[in-house]
Amino acid sequence: MNEIVDKNLDLEITNKQLFNICLRTKPLKNSNSLETYKSIGGYEQIKKILKNKLDPQQLIDEIKISGLRGRGGAGFPTGIKWSFMPRDYDGIKYIVCNSDEGEPGTFKDRDIIRHNPHQLIEGMLIGAYIMNAQVGYNYIHGEIWEEYVSFEKAIDEARKAGLLGKNIFGSGFNFELHAFHGYGAYICGEETALIESIEGKKGQPRYKPPFPATYGIYGKPTNVNNTETYASIPWIIENGGQAFMAHGVKNSGGTKIFSVSGHVEKPGNYEIELGMPFEQLLKEAGGVWKGRKLKAVIPGGPSTPVVPADIIKNATIDYDGLAKIGSSVGAGSMIVMDETTCMVSALKRLSYFFYEESCGQCTPCREGTGWVYRIISRIYQGQATLDDLDLLTDVSKKISGRTICALGDAAATPVLSFIKHFRDEFEVFIKNGKKLVN
Amino acid sequence: MIEKLRKLIDKEIAKYPADKKQSAVIAALAIMQHHRGWLSQEDISDVAIYLDMPEIAVLEVATFYNMFDLKPVGKYKLSICTNISCMLRDADQIVDHLKKTLKIDFNEITKDGKFCLKESECMGACEGAPLLTVNNQKMYEHLDIKKIDQLLKDLK
Repeated sequence: MNEIVDKNLDLEITNKQLFNICLRTKPLKNSNSLETYKSIGGYEQIKKILKNKLDPQQLIDEIKISGLRGRGGAGFPTGIKWSFMPRDYDGIKYIVCNSDEGEPGTFKDRDIIRHNPHQLIEGMLIGAYIMNAQVGYNYIHGEIWEEYVSFEKAIDEARKAGLLGKNIFGSGFNFELHAFHGYGAYICGEETALIESIEGKKGQPRYKPPFPATYGIYGKPTNVNNTETYASIPWIIENGGQAFMAHGVKNSGGTKIFSVSGHVEKPGNYEIELGMPFEQLLKEAGGVWKGRKLKAVIPGGPSTPVVPADIIKNATIDYDGLAKIGSSVGAGSMIVMDETTCMVSALKRLSYFFYEESCGQCTPCREGTGWVYRIISRIYQGQATLDDLDLLTDVSKKISGRTICALGDAAATPVLSFIKHFRDEFEVFIKNGKKLVN
Repeated sequence: MIEKLRKLIDKEIAKYPADKKQSAVIAALAIMQHHRGWLSQEDISDVAIYLDMPEIAVLEVATFYNMFDLKPVGKYKLSICTNISCMLRDADQIVDHLKKTLKIDFNEITKDGKFCLKESECMGACEGAPLLTVNNQKMYEHLDIKKIDQLLKDLK
């Protein structure tokens, strides 16, 4: 892998770079202040929209042109999602920002809240204008208390400056925004579970339809989008959908933050132009740590299939590029594993996660994730037989597609992809009763 | 319920429509827990009465979200992430060191009642792996044995 990392990349052809849109203020001093955001033209877009009473449909069209897709993992086109919200609904409508990132390896929304909260607020204001919503919530992951506090401060700052509340910019437009602090449930990242949670209940996903756009918080029309999605909006309105699209590639407009963690020299967030070669992103993250060789990568978080080094090495990082190698962008949670990684141990930990986080509502997921975890534990303890690998596959396939929400599919994905690509390692572990690698 | 906590909870209730106080239940429980260190049956009842909810509905929430503790956790609850990104950066060594130094296993409290160790799921901050939080609020990142020893000393 070292020669791959060191190979000169043909930037003339791909020419994809790091480019900050959502993390624009991160390199600046006092990155999270209103003053800093204003210094780069912050809140000018919502001002322009409100002053000129721009047509919401035109704004949606611009977002459609940008190619922006939901950055929380589903990748659904944002412009289309926003057009689902009923325009002529007479009553309160809600928009929700989903900052409940709990997929292992995801930490991008935290960086946006930490460094660029006002761009997120402006994105939500624009969303509220377009969808004619009066109230918004930002649902923040439980474990990042300090970011929750800092986001509350940003809301206060915006409110005092007249950017939130009643009659914003003297336009007659009203929008209230509140921060909601989660308390440790991965499932609340699923949008209907999140809505249940905001209603003060267990975060158990709802049957769909009805979708949140018709029946959301308290039964009112509600739009839920990821933090990064909302934070991209002001830039798109400022520079145009085409300009955003141009930063990416076909079907993958714009930039996307990749949270690179695991066995790299410089773990961190890298906002890349979509279409960047994998090798280049790995190099940006300092390459594989300790001069070791790459073994495998989970490109978008554990709900996206793991990919062995020799398959991902020639891939580009975008929706189609990762689909071509049998994986996907997910939330951009890239987990890098070096040659010393024991795939059985890695899968055991991931299976425990899904077992622990299953909300318990659907039998295949509640029982299946337990089965999966116990079988892998049996392998790990040297008490399994080769038949157990088929049993693992069988149980996982029986979870997938048989649950209300996508957690079931997500739980099956690591099992199926780990066994597909690293079956030998599992077999050796079973035969020897111990790790292949140390 | 003491006045100080009531005021904090009122601030949360104000975020929702007047007839939807229940939306503040997670926040109210978190406020109560932060005060006592854990949630007692009395806390659950107080929140239920204050938010006009059935007690069982409050208990359901308290048992569903895993940052709530329905048993005492000592003065400092150390929640350490062992999920994949932390695991790849040797969180297991940090866990072993903590268990050895504190002479406790996960979900146990030191004899002096000072520390409790919890295994946590992904905290969404894997850049700083391995990491832990103290009492659900303060996060310590890029941990190594030296930093752990210092942290245990600093927590008086």
